[in-house]
Parts: sequence; structure tokens; C-alpha cells
Amino acid sequence: MTSFRSTALLALALLSSTGLAAARDQIRIVGSSTVYPFTTVVAEQLGKTAGVKTPVVESTGTGGGMKLFCDGVGVQFPDATNASRRMKAGEFELCQKNGVKDIMELMIGYDGLTLAFSKKNPPLSLTRAQVFLALAKNVPGPDGKLIPNPYKTWNQVDPSLPNRPIEVLGPPPTSGTRDSFHELVLEPGAEQIPAMKALKAADRKAFDAAWKSIREDGVYVEAGENDNVIVQKLEANPGAIGIFGYSFLEENVSKVQGVKLDGVEPNEETISTLKYPAAREMFVYVKKAHIGVVPGLDKFAQEFVSNRAAGDGGYLEKKGLVPVPKDRLANSQANVANLKVMTGEGLPK
Amino acid sequence: MTDPALPPVMNRAAAGVDFDSAEARARLKKRYRAEARFKALGLLAVLVTAAFLGFLLVDILRKGIPSFFEYRATLQITFDPAVVDPKGTRDVADLRGADYQALVRAALQAQFPEATDRRARRALDSMISSGAVDDLRKAVLADPGIIGQTRVMPLLLASDADLFLRQRETLITRLKGSGPLQVQGEGSNITLRNGGAAFRVALAGTKSFLAERRRALLAELATLPPAGGNASVDAKRNELEQAANAIQARITDANAPETLTDREPSLLVSIGGGILKITEIGPNDAKATTLVAPRPGSLITDWSVLTLRVPETNRRVNDAVSAWLETLAQRGMTEKAFNARFFTNGDSREPELAGIRGALIGSALTLLVTLLLCVPIGVAAAIYLEEFAPKNRFTDLLEVNINNLAAVPSIVFGLLGLAVFLNAFNLPRSAPLVGGLVLALLVLPTIIIASRAALKAVPPSIKEAALGIGASHQQAVFHHVLPLAMPGIMTGTIIGMAHALGETAPLLMIGMVAFIVDIPGAITEAATVLPVQIFLWSDLPELAFQSRTAGAIIVLLGFLLVMNAAAVILRRMFERRW
Repeated sequence: MTSFRSTALLALALLSSTGLAAARDQIRIVGSSTVYPFTTVVAEQLGKTAGVKTPVVESTGTGGGMKLFCDGVGVQFPDATNASRRMKAGEFELCQKNGVKDIMELMIGYDGLTLAFSKKNPPLSLTRAQVFLALAKNVPGPDGKLIPNPYKTWNQVDPSLPNRPIEVLGPPPTSGTRDSFHELVLEPGAEQIPAMKALKAADRKAFDAAWKSIREDGVYVEAGENDNVIVQKLEANPGAIGIFGYSFLEENVSKVQGVKLDGVEPNEETISTLKYPAAREMFVYVKKAHIGVVPGLDKFAQEFVSNRAAGDGGYLEKKGLVPVPKDRLANSQANVANLKVMTGEGLPK
Repeated sequence: MTDPALPPVMNRAAAGVDFDSAEARARLKKRYRAEARFKALGLLAVLVTAAFLGFLLVDILRKGIPSFFEYRATLQITFDPAVVDPKGTRDVADLRGADYQALVRAALQAQFPEATDRRARRALDSMISSGAVDDLRKAVLADPGIIGQTRVMPLLLASDADLFLRQRETLITRLKGSGPLQVQGEGSNITLRNGGAAFRVALAGTKSFLAERRRALLAELATLPPAGGNASVDAKRNELEQAANAIQARITDANAPETLTDREPSLLVSIGGGILKITEIGPNDAKATTLVAPRPGSLITDWSVLTLRVPETNRRVNDAVSAWLETLAQRGMTEKAFNARFFTNGDSREPELAGIRGALIGSALTLLVTLLLCVPIGVAAAIYLEEFAPKNRFTDLLEVNINNLAAVPSIVFGLLGLAVFLNAFNLPRSAPLVGGLVLALLVLPTIIIASRAALKAVPPSIKEAALGIGASHQQAVFHHVLPLAMPGIMTGTIIGMAHALGETAPLLMIGMVAFIVDIPGAITEAATVLPVQIFLWSDLPELAFQSRTAGAIIVLLGFLLVMNAAAVILRRMFERRW
């Protein structure tokens, strides 16, 4: 029967492919969807110029990428992972436990976590405390005790803000952008409020729970990982505010404008100097053990921190990445050249 | 109409029941009304569905069809031996490594000699896609004889420039000037004078833009609480009021000249093959600076004012580049052509270079694996269950499970694929082989159910006749029942395959949602599929990818249409009614 023959052929293909998995000539990268637009550009450049196969870049989210990356050393595990925040101490330990001992850390540039809204409105300036009051699940009431967030409009949060319903579109909890939003905006925002500061001193756990939870009464809308959808919704609904990375703001300058945060406008300069409070660093982690095993991995790391990619005026800047200052980039280049690995000291919890 | 209620009524009429009474008529009317109502509702349902579908199709076609075309600049490229082959050896490695960007830059600088400083050169570079540079390299490698010659080459424009020419960056309105335009001065210090309407209209346009901004400020002010309550409110009110008043002062006098910044719509004057940018406009005169120098001695009666509606600060293409593109278009050096790259390239992060070939081949490989697995296993299972299996509790349980499996969310199959094929069997990630295996599990129930229905539809008399003349059970099934059930089985298979073609969720887990540039050549190489490509493009920040997304959707819809049409045609051609 021909059908039997085809099944047999397929079984053969199955067997032979298990053999194929033992060697790999293509770099595999996983991780953050925020870094994905930049890593893919580097991957494409590498494929065009370095004479190796174009690396495969998956968009799994920062946390998911770390898990895959730290699973082990060997060709069935990815060679590098993108992260929109630094590797956490727990993730580093997981890596160590699974035999991923030597990890190279590349700081590739900055991204500003921007709050943006339609160009149809005049510019808006918010403090992080105002953002916290508008979005946290529990906020301090008149007596300083935490109560469920009662604010429905911006001028209830602060009378100098317009009388418009609070409506914020942002990333879901699985996203690295969401982690950064909590850490860069909500936590410092809470600290700006005297009642919350008192709470932090009195009950650290309650304070942490307060900035880690976003209200769930429909004011904050989880818009999925697709930032273009957020931009489209902001256009259709001029009252709403969206949360996304700076590269999306830059690409959509004709439609949306950035909200000033603590009086600082998000732009390349304020982000690269970290003056903009919600600026964050972005990283790529590379397994040293895979260098020399997977062809081109060393070239990939070199290309990513090279002047023509991550440098001032490099091609990543054109894609919306805010470049690293010269001395820091030179430092990264030296680290890549010497294959310097992480020690795991000073990593965030 | 067959109405089963009719005969008894007639009997009753025969029995002396009056069906002409007012009551009976009312009943009849009610019945007709109910029918009319149902018909109207049915029609409405069909119309609503058609409207939704129509809206979707029109929207996708409107967005997607532009992606099948690309803009190119046709420039005279001099293949300068000093650049292409400085050593003069015609060595392939040298030719490959040469700086072809320099050729493009030289050709553009021949058109725009004023672009001399580093910034301007970078702006020039940004107009042309890196794909055009690759094209030049290919041309030289294919025929080294063109080194030293000058040829007219079509150069692919970068996506921002492409969007500008499509007027997606900004709407451009052209206003033809009447009467001669007096031009005095040169460089960045030019005075223009004209008595016609053009400057007045342009000035009025600027004022109405300012009025719009003022309205937005006032609307914002109206949302604030009244003054006097809170210091921060008062400060904010003050700020908004001052801004609104400042604009008011500018717009009350319709003839007062306006200084233009990058926050107002740009006004460009196109004259004698050059472009001037207006920095200050009055009703009869304007100050301007040169973006592209006009040809000396050109006619000054043929000129027009271009309004770029979106202010410069909000555009990705600045005024200088806009002027260059406009000039190229005026000189007949731009062309719109079919975008073959869309079908021959793999994925790319440059929208103008991105194509769907990798995804198409990935889809084909994946479906091939699915088909090879599904059809033999599905049809064999269906034949066994329908014709040979004993009817007992176990086969009943099996049947329930198969029907159940057909309704399991597809992401579950992805998780299964991750756990079994990747983690237990160590198959490669992102491979069409694994994708095909997972999708085979997904469509297997559909095929089994459809095949069983097709086998059941073959009249038992066929099999009985075969058995009657001495065929074995297996012979009766394989020689007679199966061929007659084949059209139904094929229809089921095609519909199952169309389902598999459109799946994304299960592939997420097994790493097929990835940026893959190289076109896959085997079922173990990394690949992605068409719906995943759509998903990935929809998430990228570049505006031009939105039209690529719609273009890929059109291709996917085309394939689905072909497959479903094939299913219908097969059914029509081979179906037998008993």
C-alpha cells in the first residue's frame, strides 16, 4: 500500500531527524518581545554579512526566555536570550543549577517605557504618584489606610488634571514591559506619596503588595503583547493612555505623543541619560559554552555591540533603540572580545 | 409546500368545520405573518453576516493591495571601477565586498548637489533601501562587464520614502500659483512676492490649523474645575489660557504674517525644478530657504505651493527628504512597479524587503507532513471503526473520545507537542516536522469523523452484493465501499487541511513563532507558517508592516479559498446520489 510506504518513509525521516538534532549550524535566540525588533535586525545583518545562517529569533517574553535559556547546555537549548530587564538572581541560580555556568551579559541599549496618548489632545504631564493613584488596586484613603481605588476620572486623582475618565491600555502580566512598569513607575510613584512611605516603614509586605497589583475594575485594560493594537486604540479613543516601549512611540509620532513623567519628556536624550524616570536597560545573554560549537555565535555577540549596530547613529538607533554611551559600549565590546562572564553579583532579586 | 396539517383540516371541512370563519382567517393570517417574519429575520441574518464579511474583505484589500506594489527611484548609476573593483582584479570576493552604497550616494548627489554635509548625506542614504544596494551587487556579480559603464537602474526606496510617495506619511495638497512669482535672494535668505491667491490660501490654511490647536486647548481647559479652588489647578488653567490667547492673537488678524516652525504644516514652493521651503508667510509675500536649487533661468510663471498637512516634527520624513522625493517624482525618476520580492523573499526587518516565501514554503512542508500522517491513519481508523470493529463499550468510548478530541482547543495540542515531540523525543524546535505532527493530531479527528460519515453514506447494498458474489469482507470494503466514499473522504481531508493551514496557537509552543529569514529546504529546518508570519508582522512597530500584514492575509485567504473551492468541486464532480 502506498500509504504504508509513506508512513514508513516518515518514520525514517523522524529517526534521521533525531540524529540531526545532535548538531546545529544555526543560532537560536529566545526571549523578550521588546528586544525582538532589535535582535532580529542584528540577526538579519549577520546572515547577510557573516556567511552563517541567519539566526532564528523567537519571541517568548523575558521570563519564558530565561526559563528556556537556563534549561541547560547543549544544542537543544537556545544560545542566547533577550531580556527587557536584568537577569534576576533566581534565574541566575537556575542557570547555574542546570549547568549553564558561564553567561555573557550584553547591555545593548535603552528603552523608555512610555505612556502615550492621542496627538489630538494638548500635551499632558503626570507624576509617577499620580499614575500610581490612578492605577493601583488599593490606594491610601483620607485616613491613610489602604482602600480599593475609588478614582474614576483624572481630576479626582489631582484637580489640575483634566476631567476625563481614567482609561489605560497596557501590557499583560506575562510581559517584561509590565514588570518594568511596576518597578519603574508604580513603586517609585508609591514612594512619592507620604501615606505610602509611612506604610513602607510600618509594613513592608503590604507596601510591596500595593505597588505590585493593578486595579481590575476595567480601568486598566490588558491590551495583549501587540503594541500596534494599543496605538490603533489610542487613535480611536483620544481620552485613553497607552503604555508601550519608546520604539513604538517613535514609529507613530504622527499619531501619538508621549506623556511627560515627573516633568521629563521621553526622548532619546532623556532616556539614554536615564533622566526619564521610566527608562530601562535592555540585555542579551549569551551562553559562553556554545561559542565555538554553534557557528557564528561569537560574531553575533560582536555584531550586537559593534559601533555600526548599537553605536551612535547605528542601524539599531534607526529602529528605535536608544544607544548606549560611548564608554559603556566600548566596555561591552571589550567584554565580548575577552569573553567575560557574569559573576551573579548585584543581580536584582 | 408540503403541509402535513392540511389533510386533517380538509377532513374537518368535509365534516362541516367552517374554515371560512373570522377565527380561522385570523389563524391563517397569523400563520402567514409568522412565516413572513421568519423570512425577514433570516434575510437580515444573512445580510448582517455578508456586511461583516464585506467589511473585513474591503478593509483587508484596501490595506493589503498596496503591499503588492513598490516605489523605485530610477537613477543613473555609474559603476565606477575605483569603487567596485579598486584593485582591478575582477576577483569575485573583491566585487562582493565593495561599497555599493557609495554608488547609490554618488547617483543621488548628482541629482542633489546641495546635499554635502554629513547629515545630508545620511538623509540621502536613508531614502534608498539596503535591498537596492544588494541589487547592485547582484548586477555586478552577474555581469562584471558593466563595471565602468553607466546604466539606469531601478533602486528600491526605503519604506519611509515609499510611504511618503503613497501619501501615507502626510496628505499633500497642491495649489497652483497664478501670475509671476518674484524671487529675490538666494540660499537660505529668499524673498518671494506674488499678488495671486496662492499665498493667501496657504496663510489661511496655517491659521485654520492654529485655530484647531486653540480649540483643543480650550476643550482641555473646559475639563478643569473652576479657578480659585486649588493652586495647581490655577497654574494649569493659566498655562492653557495663555497658550490659547497667544494663538488667538495670531489668528485674529487674518493678514498678519506667520512664522512657520516644525510644529505647523510645512509649506513648500515648487518652482523651476527646485523646491523652496517657506519660513514665514504673509498674504502677498513669503520668506523662504532653498531645499533643492531651481534650474537657473527657469520659468517663474509655472509654480505651485505644496502643503504637507502633518507638521514636520510629527513625520518620519523631514522636509529636506520630502523635497528630494518630490523632485525625483517631478523629474520622472520614480516608478511604481509590481513587488515581486514579496513572493520571492523570506522575512526581513526592513518592510520593503520582507516577503512571504519562507512562510509559504514552511506552510507547504508542514501541511505535507500533516497530510502524509493524517490521511493514512485517519482513513484506516475510520474504515476499521466503521466496517470491522465490534460494537461494544470500548469502541463506544473510542467514538466519544474522537468526537471530544475534535473540540479540544488547539493550544492544548501545542502543549502536547512541546512535552512529547520536543522534550521526550528531542525533535528540533521550530521544525515543520514537529508542526506537521502537532497539526496532524489536531485534524485527525476531523478526518476520521468525515471519513466515517462518507463510508456510512455508501448504501449497504453495494457491500452486500460484493459479499454475495464471494468477495471477502476486506475486498468488499477496499474494492467497492472505499472508492465510492472517496469524494467524501477527500472533502473532509481538504477541509481539515484548510483548518491546519490557518492554525497559529499550537505552533507557538513548539517555537515556530520566530523570526526566520532563510527559506527552509527540509522538514527539519527552522521554518514558520503563513498565519504565524501575519501574527509576527502585525506586532512590529514599522507602519509599513501593517500593509505587509494585510498583503499576507490576502495570500492566506486566497489559499483557503482555493482549498475550499477544491473541496466543493470534488464533491460536485464525484458525488453520487443513491
